[in-house]
Amino acid sequence: MTNEALQKLISSWFPNPEAGITPEPIQVSEGEGIAEPQEPINPSLLEFTEEGSQFLNVSVKPENLHELMTQLKASNETSFDYLFCLSGVDWGTALGVVYHLESTTYRHSIVVKVKTEDREDPNFDSVCDIWRTAEFHEREVFDFFGIKFHNHPNLKRLFLTEEWDGFPLRKDYVDEINMVIK
Amino acid sequence: MQETTTINNNFKSEEYFINMGPQHPATHGVLRLLLTIDGEIIKKVEPDLGYIHRSIEKMCERDSYQQIVHLTDRMDYLSSHINNEAVCLTVENALQLEIPERVKVVRTIIGELTRIASHCLWWGVMGMDVGALTTYFYGFRDREMINDIFEETCGARLTMNYNVPGGLMWDIHPNFVNRVKAFVKHFKTKIPEYDRLLTGNVIFQKRTKGVGVLSKEDAISFGASGPVGRGSGYSCDVRKYHPYSALDKVTFKESLQTAGDTFARYQVRIQEMWQSLSIVEQLIDNIPEGEHRVKTNAVIKLPKGEFYQKVETARGELGVYVISTGTKNPYRLKFRSPGFSNLSLLNHIAVGGKIGDLVATMATLDLVIPDIDR
Repeated sequence: MTNEALQKLISSWFPNPEAGITPEPIQVSEGEGIAEPQEPINPSLLEFTEEGSQFLNVSVKPENLHELMTQLKASNETSFDYLFCLSGVDWGTALGVVYHLESTTYRHSIVVKVKTEDREDPNFDSVCDIWRTAEFHEREVFDFFGIKFHNHPNLKRLFLTEEWDGFPLRKDYVDEINMVIK
Repeated sequence: MQETTTINNNFKSEEYFINMGPQHPATHGVLRLLLTIDGEIIKKVEPDLGYIHRSIEKMCERDSYQQIVHLTDRMDYLSSHINNEAVCLTVENALQLEIPERVKVVRTIIGELTRIASHCLWWGVMGMDVGALTTYFYGFRDREMINDIFEETCGARLTMNYNVPGGLMWDIHPNFVNRVKAFVKHFKTKIPEYDRLLTGNVIFQKRTKGVGVLSKEDAISFGASGPVGRGSGYSCDVRKYHPYSALDKVTFKESLQTAGDTFARYQVRIQEMWQSLSIVEQLIDNIPEGEHRVKTNAVIKLPKGEFYQKVETARGELGVYVISTGTKNPYRLKFRSPGFSNLSLLNHIAVGGKIGDLVATMATLDLVIPDIDR
């Protein structure tokens, strides 16, 4: 399936309830000039982009993540059965997870991104029940980024010891002894 | 008589833990497995990782792209050339560099020789793990020839560092073509010897057939790749689906087995040695003339964006995921290593088997620990 077709299909799964309502015109008091043009409301809860990447990228809110992933795997038209990469990313203010998916039937790929601003207690749903490879990859992300995954069968540190302080792959991690800063 | 029956009924087996590694010869490195065992039957395998974790991904965030190439040698040291190639391809594709044909062909030849060398070592230790010590010396004998070729051309035997973004460090040695041809001729007589020595051996077949069975669905779900996936009938060769370098110019057949057991994975690797020889033969006579390198800036800055490159190492699919903000360092660099995903399925296929079977199963997963502890 082409990226355009994928985008059309997937966005139809998550219609934006606000998209049908026309936004109320903003009251502009006289003398303040022209009001900013309103941005068109996205008809879907998902955001798609292909900019700066060779794959189609989908951004999803944490509460829709598990539903979207289940659909991507289960739908006969998408059939993304191979999770080939799962990476944690520290975007500076937000923490997030990037999922690279491929279909072994159709050989098309997609990238799903999820972010949260909560750095104290970041939480996402686990996708272990959809792709079993996620079990180890999510443990690795938990180990290095401190991102917790709901419904993970065995969420504990994988490489580091239990008493390790902090999460090394976060950008604000400090270790004056072991890290060489150039 | 009555009394004996009572005693037998009261006889309870008890689950207990056993510690395998981190210095166990069959774990091929510093991997520790916590085994929950009932008698000799395995109930659970839990890997304990991190003994040699160096946090290469964090180091990459402070290094330049030329430096990152050298770090990748230290992941899967048996596929070091292919690891280097993965990073170089990522950088070259991001910069949209036009790479000379000569470079592509030489990279592919050395990559396939690396695969043969890695499989030679695997075959040697595989035999040793199941009790046939001779194979170890046969495997190392043939691997030595490849290492000598590498030493002459690249200057190193194991961590070759021959790839740089933009091409090769220097041109191939004048002896390279002849020595590779001599090796191909030599090795064609040696694979049948491997078969005679180990593949047909009755004890070996009994140790491996029907052991550690992985179904195709599970292979995909667990993200298995390389010979582990192909032993389960899962067609996953990156060289076929996403060809890189000169791999689109050669014809070869992806080796597939459907049984999914230890013996199937063994056969896949033996067939892969034949396939790699055939790829080398197709390319070695026609190495195009030309530059061995295109000029790049001394400071390489990748454009803003995200780049992903996958290659097929001797163990499976290696992915390099780079997030760049346009500076000379990557913002985030993730290595999706084949060994890590292949290890995650060990518990699934080892449960219900015996400890001896676990050793045979692990031998065909062909784990390289630095690849897992990146």
